[in-house]
Amino acid sequence: MTRPEDVLVQRLGETVLEQVRFRDDLTLIVPREQMLRALEIARSTGFRLLTDLTAVDRHPAQPRFDVIYMLTSVEQHARIRFMVHLAAEQTMPSATSLWPGANWLEREVFDLFGIRFDGHPDLRRILMPDDWEGHPLRKDYPLVEEPVEFKGHTPKVPSQIIPKSKPKPL
Amino acid sequence: MKETLVLNMGPQHPATHGVLRLVLELEGEVILNLEPVIGYLHTGFEKEMETRTYHQNIVFPPRIEYLATFIEEQAYVLAVEKLLGITAPKRAEVIRLILAELSRIASHLVYLGTAAIDLNVTSLLMYCFRDREEILDIFEMVSGQRMMHGYFRIGGLQWDLPQGFAERVQRFLDDFPRRLDEYETLLTDNLIWRKRTEGVAVLSAEDAIRYGCTGPVLRGSGVSYDVRKAFPYGGYADYEFDVPVGSNGDAFDRYRVRMDEMRQSRRIILQALRRLPEGPILVDDRKVALPPRRELVRSMEAVIHQFKLVSEGIHPPAGEVYASVESPRGEKGYYLVSDGSNRPVRVRVRSASFNNLQALPVMLSRGTVADVVVAIASIDIVLGDVDR
Repeated sequence: MTRPEDVLVQRLGETVLEQVRFRDDLTLIVPREQMLRALEIARSTGFRLLTDLTAVDRHPAQPRFDVIYMLTSVEQHARIRFMVHLAAEQTMPSATSLWPGANWLEREVFDLFGIRFDGHPDLRRILMPDDWEGHPLRKDYPLVEEPVEFKGHTPKVPSQIIPKSKPKPL
Repeated sequence: MKETLVLNMGPQHPATHGVLRLVLELEGEVILNLEPVIGYLHTGFEKEMETRTYHQNIVFPPRIEYLATFIEEQAYVLAVEKLLGITAPKRAEVIRLILAELSRIASHLVYLGTAAIDLNVTSLLMYCFRDREEILDIFEMVSGQRMMHGYFRIGGLQWDLPQGFAERVQRFLDDFPRRLDEYETLLTDNLIWRKRTEGVAVLSAEDAIRYGCTGPVLRGSGVSYDVRKAFPYGGYADYEFDVPVGSNGDAFDRYRVRMDEMRQSRRIILQALRRLPEGPILVDDRKVALPPRRELVRSMEAVIHQFKLVSEGIHPPAGEVYASVESPRGEKGYYLVSDGSNRPVRVRVRSASFNNLQALPVMLSRGTVADVVVAIASIDIVLGDVDR
């Protein structure tokens, strides 16, 4: 039996730049310009549920952002993940024309990462206050402790108690 | 041009189930436009989780969704275990499953009680909280905490079950169907309840999918999608249970789905109690789980492992995984990105409430003000989960 993911990969053909398989999760890396078409093909192949849309900040690596789309086929019980590499100043095409549910998800990515979506009907902040400065989930946005009023104590960010160890790439 | 009224509901309002603000544009009683305004409970969990080790992060999930605490913990530890490529021992898996299903019952009881009190069936809230209290007592007996347990560990559990656990759960489950039937007679046969929920807040299956709804909201619309069946995790594949679905996609069908789900949860727990195996409750992998206490006085190696795990933490391989569970509100997923260090690069919490709430304006298009309360109760949002 061919799996729905394999059918999709076949239908996408040249659009897929790279396939990453890790712990049974399949990620398809697609160029930015082809993303909407790839999503449309995926939707017509049965991946009708946009489970999630999010981003990862790879700062200081380049290209800086990865935008991630997770799709689910509710009938065939299959999942697929799309990834787009995005430079810091680039924008993404909005998926709201395909899924109205992408509206809030894209607003959240804009709010927390500062990635703009072209063609989004209402791209405003959603979780942070409207007048907030900066995008909190960016890696260069610091997490700091609030100052205290009393003497003899230097606030320490709880996250510094156990220092980060060196990354070990694959 | 007809005159319209803009009405602000919330953020502090007893019927919004948390800090949710709704901006309604009304023409008389009819809603022309509805915009949920969220973010009042945004605490930056995702950012916090990036700055702590995998083990430290166990405290956050139950605080994100505080009604189904064990299911949250289960979602997170399953994601880390998937990243590490390990599975918990069988006994730990079954214990997790029992606690998760008890959490589901506890959460649905809160739904039932609050949905009922929104329509002024006041006594039901007390009944539901009484039963939930029993479940929380069981949780306290197991983990020492009623809500923010921190009982699940990456690769297993903190400690084994206390004596008398099975009997206590059994006692609760023996009595539970009778009580559930009683609550159902209070509502299902209640004319007011039916008139206020049937045909109210209707969401078609097509719209539910387009808006990314999951859980009882999607199943109430007739789509049989349950993560426990579709992508079995944590041993669910071995259990017999049905996935209740509705047909009309209204508030009444969502209520029916949740009532039936509580019965199915009971069925799962009964099976689990019967087959609860003996054995270890934590993986025997010194790079993941702390060595047993008794080894520390005899083995230098155990002391080093203990020290490394406490002062540095776990180092999963570089990679990205998505693991999800069926929470009472729908699909709850954790997407983890690791660079091989002791902290995740990114933790994305896929919350069901966020997507379900987005469909609220669709449910209420051309509805009336009075139905807003019913609709919010019927999607059973947790604002901590929406705003994270």
